[in-house]
Parts: sequence; C-alpha cells; structure tokens
Amino acid sequence: MTTTTAKETSELFTPEIRAEIDRWIAKYPAEWKQSAVMGALMIVQESNGGWLTTELMDQVAAYLDMPPIAVYEVATFYSMFELKPVGRNKICVCTNVSCMTNKSDLIVEHLEKKLGIGFGEVTEDGRFSLKEVECLGACGGAPMMQIGKQYYENLTPEIVDAILEGLE
Amino acid sequence: MANEVCLRTLDLERPWLIEQYQSRGGYEVLKKILSEKTAPEAIIEEVKKSGLRGRGGAGFPTGLKWSFISRNAPGQKYVVCNSDEGEPGTFKDRDILRYNPHQLIEGMVIAGYAIGATCGYNYIRGEFWEPYERFEQALEEAREAGFLGEDILGSGFDFQLHTHLGAGAYICGEETALLESIEGKKGQPRYKPPFPAHFGLYGCPTIINNTESLASIPMIMEQGGEWFADIGVKNSGGPKLFSISGNINNPGVFEIPMGTPFSELLAMAGGMKDGRKIKAVIPGGSSAPVIPGEQMMELNMDYDSIAGAGSMLGSGAVIVLDDTNCMVKILERMSYFYHEESCGQCTPCREGTGWLYRIVHRIETGQGRQEDLDLLDDVADKIAGKTICALGDAAAMPVQGMLRHFRHEFQYHIDHKRCMVGVG
Repeated sequence: MTTTTAKETSELFTPEIRAEIDRWIAKYPAEWKQSAVMGALMIVQESNGGWLTTELMDQVAAYLDMPPIAVYEVATFYSMFELKPVGRNKICVCTNVSCMTNKSDLIVEHLEKKLGIGFGEVTEDGRFSLKEVECLGACGGAPMMQIGKQYYENLTPEIVDAILEGLE
Repeated sequence: MANEVCLRTLDLERPWLIEQYQSRGGYEVLKKILSEKTAPEAIIEEVKKSGLRGRGGAGFPTGLKWSFISRNAPGQKYVVCNSDEGEPGTFKDRDILRYNPHQLIEGMVIAGYAIGATCGYNYIRGEFWEPYERFEQALEEAREAGFLGEDILGSGFDFQLHTHLGAGAYICGEETALLESIEGKKGQPRYKPPFPAHFGLYGCPTIINNTESLASIPMIMEQGGEWFADIGVKNSGGPKLFSISGNINNPGVFEIPMGTPFSELLAMAGGMKDGRKIKAVIPGGSSAPVIPGEQMMELNMDYDSIAGAGSMLGSGAVIVLDDTNCMVKILERMSYFYHEESCGQCTPCREGTGWLYRIVHRIETGQGRQEDLDLLDDVADKIAGKTICALGDAAAMPVQGMLRHFRHEFQYHIDHKRCMVGVG
C-alpha cells in the first residue's frame, strides 16, 4: 500500500507542477526557497482536487529543502489549505457582519437545504462542499460567496440556484 | 472633489491597462524623478509634507516611516505592499488592484528609489484571484515598457517587483506577520522592536505600506505634498477611500476628501435601505468601536473627528447598521471572528478571544448571567495592550464600544432571555 501511495504521489508531482513551483521560487532570494511554500502548496492542492495529503506536503518539503513539520505548520495555519477532501466546487460563504446584516443566513440556509449538507461537508456525488469563511473583502456586494477562484456578489436564493446549475 | 488620486482612472474604459493609465499622465512623474535624479530625501520630504497617514488602519505617517530607513546602509532593502485586505468591512484595496494597478506599481518603484531598495513584494490575499491576475498583467506591461526591472529608463536604477499570494489569514495584515508569511512561515507577528525599518523581510531594512498609501505616492509627487494635504483637513491629509457597506442603498468605494461629513458620504451611498432609521455605525473596520447613528450623523470622516467620538477611522471601512439589527448578535459575530483569527501566540488573545465569544454567545442565546457584563469588560481589559500585536486590542475595542453605547440591549437579553429588537 505504501508503495502505491508513493507512486501516485510522484505522478501528481509532474514536471509541469515542478515548473510552476519553480516560478514561485524564482521570485525570492536563492537562499529563501521556503518563501515559495504557500505558492507550492496551492499548486499541489489544486492538482489533487482541492486538498492536501501528508504525502503531498512531504514532497513539497523535500522540494523546498524544508523540514516536513514546517510545511505542516503552514498548511494548518492558513484557512485556504484543506486537509481533507472537498467538493469539486468548494462553496465559501461569508457570514461576517456586512454579509450577515444583508441576510447571509438565508443564503446559508438555502444552500444547506438544497445540497443536503452543512458547513465542512461534501455532497455524496463529490460535486459540492460548503465552508463558512470570514470577510472576503467584498462587503459592497453583500451577501457574497466564493466558488473556486470566482467571487459571486449580491446573492439571492434564485441567483445561487442559477450559479450552481452552471457548475459541473 | 471625488476620485482625484487612487481612483482617478475609474471613468476610463478598461482603466487597468497601461495605455489608459498613461493617457492620464501615468508614469510621467517616475520618468521625471529618474531623469532629473531627484534627491531621495526630497521625495521623503514631499511625502511628509502631504500628511499621508497609513491607509491600512494604523494611520502612521508614511513619510516618517520611510525616514526610519538608513538609506545608505549596505545590503538589500525591501519595499513591501500590504494588499492583505481583510479587516471586516474593508474592500477598497481590491478596487485599486482591479482598476488602477499601475498607479500602485509606480508608487512602489518611487518608494524603492526613495529608500534605496531594488526589490519589492506585493502581498495580495489569496482569495483575491481576480485582483491578483490584474496585478500580474500590469507587472508584465510595466516590465515590457521598461518601468520595472534593470536600469529603468536608462537611469541605472533597478527595481524588481513580485506578487506574493496569501492563503487565508487575517493576521497577515499585521506587518510583521506578513513578513513571516513571505518568509514561508506561519503568520505570527514578531516582537517589536526591532521594527521592520531595521530588521524586516529576510532580516533586511524594509518599509511596509498599505496598497492605498503606496498608490497615493505618484499623485503626491506629481502635484506636490501641499496639494495633497490641502485636499484634506488638519492631521488628515488628502482624500481617502471609504468602503461603505451594511444597510444602505448603494454600497461601494468612494474616494472623497478627509473631513467630509459622514452624512454626505451616507447620501452618496444612497442613504438608508427601505428608509429605515440609522442605529449605529462602525466607522473604521470591525475593530473600531461602534458609534450610535445620531452621533455619527454629526461627525466628519477624518482621524480627529472620529477619534474624538471614542472610535477610530482605521481603514475607512464604514459599516452602517439600521434599527433592525440586534447589537448583541453583531458583537457575537465580531467576537467569533477575532477568536477564529487569533494566531494563538499570546495567551491573553488566544484564550481571551474565546472567552469573549463564549460570553457574548451565551447572552445572545438567552443563557446570560448578570455578572457577564462586568466579566466582558474585565476580559477585554485583560487582553488590551497585553499582546505582541494589535489583534488583541482589535478584539477588545468593539466589546468596550458596544457596552458603552448599547449596554441596555445586553441587559435586556440577560433579563428577558430574548432580544429587544423585533428581528432578533
């Protein structure tokens, strides 16, 4: 089993991914490869369907000459890194003050009912997961959510339905 | 008198393109500085004269910050831009990155020239993908046009500029946590001193400024520090971007002179939604103590006016709340935020923010005890000023503000086990 995992991991760590990580490394002083750790984790997370395995973090550590624990520290500190599987579409809903006072609770309720999941859960078909997030800096468009790299603002339950329909 | 500095290209089509920026005179002042070999000290002097104060929230004078760097000390120095916009209610830097990225780039190059740095980083929060792509595209354009890189415009001055992407951590908006984050670590603030001007990124002298501060530099250099200072009022030079949100008709970002009456800003934002009554305003991001609506209607949007009312202008993030809001619920949400975002380094903040949230939560859910009000005050007092960075204060201040102005709502929750506001 261990060998299979290792093999699968090295397949994920393709030359293309290495080249992408190298672009991050090039931004920093030669002796500070570690500065590329956040960029690298994002790249491997995306290539792995949106979450990080220990094997992937270990690979990043080896590639950046970091102790694995230093990579785990970073991966557990920042909220955008996921340590368990997420949906193909990770729905992040802001519930902070400006969104809350513009009825983000109705958006959350609608999503939970429609998808049959709560925060931190994934739909059975793996299509969606739900996450509560802190202010995403788009309070002028409250209530809002982020799916993947995209912001969606001025939400209503109807708009949410239309957005979800368009996602694979 | 609106949109004169950071949003001055907003009326153009695709204002983020370099040719659009240049059609408004963009990069001209950089060319002038480099060809005339303006003395770096003269630039810092001009920024001091402008009265520009840090737009991220702390309000520290930008020119003074720059003057702390020993320009002639050997070795690398860095210019770092803080685009980790995350203070709840704030959404102005996102617009600078999306609509006027070149002005930020020009400001950073000038800053580099002024302090003798040849390298800079713009730290953009990880969720800001669209702004990141815009900024990256602008970097490409600026490199191609010779405004970035080696020997800029044949002047002999080099400046490299890169983007660093965050990954979701409010604390990285704190300047030393941001530096730790660029160094590939957890974003935990450093003990100060030493300050970044002496020991910053990679241990080198570093200036860190907010996006809006750095994007203001080109206009200060083009029009002069005095011109900028005169737009505002005493102690609050220039115009400022205000992000206004909440229960209003037309939320958005407005660049208006410092000292503009709040009532005018509210009118620009379309006034209260559904004609409701204004109850309270959080005038400078969620860390700023709340101000009752009636009092706010008499105040002006500048540092001294808001400070005089016991709050702070902060990042210029104005959250307007109408009379359907339960202030206990608002504070409960804010306290949850600080508890969630505490980096865990200092005990008073790590433990205290949890205490604050749990106490407000039990009051909100009808489990409050009479002694809880004093306990809240006590816990807030035990956090404030007792931590390495200002997150502890940021968590304590809203609690103290709410209890000062809306204690009766908390009392009602405790006495009646329910909310006095109809919708609670």
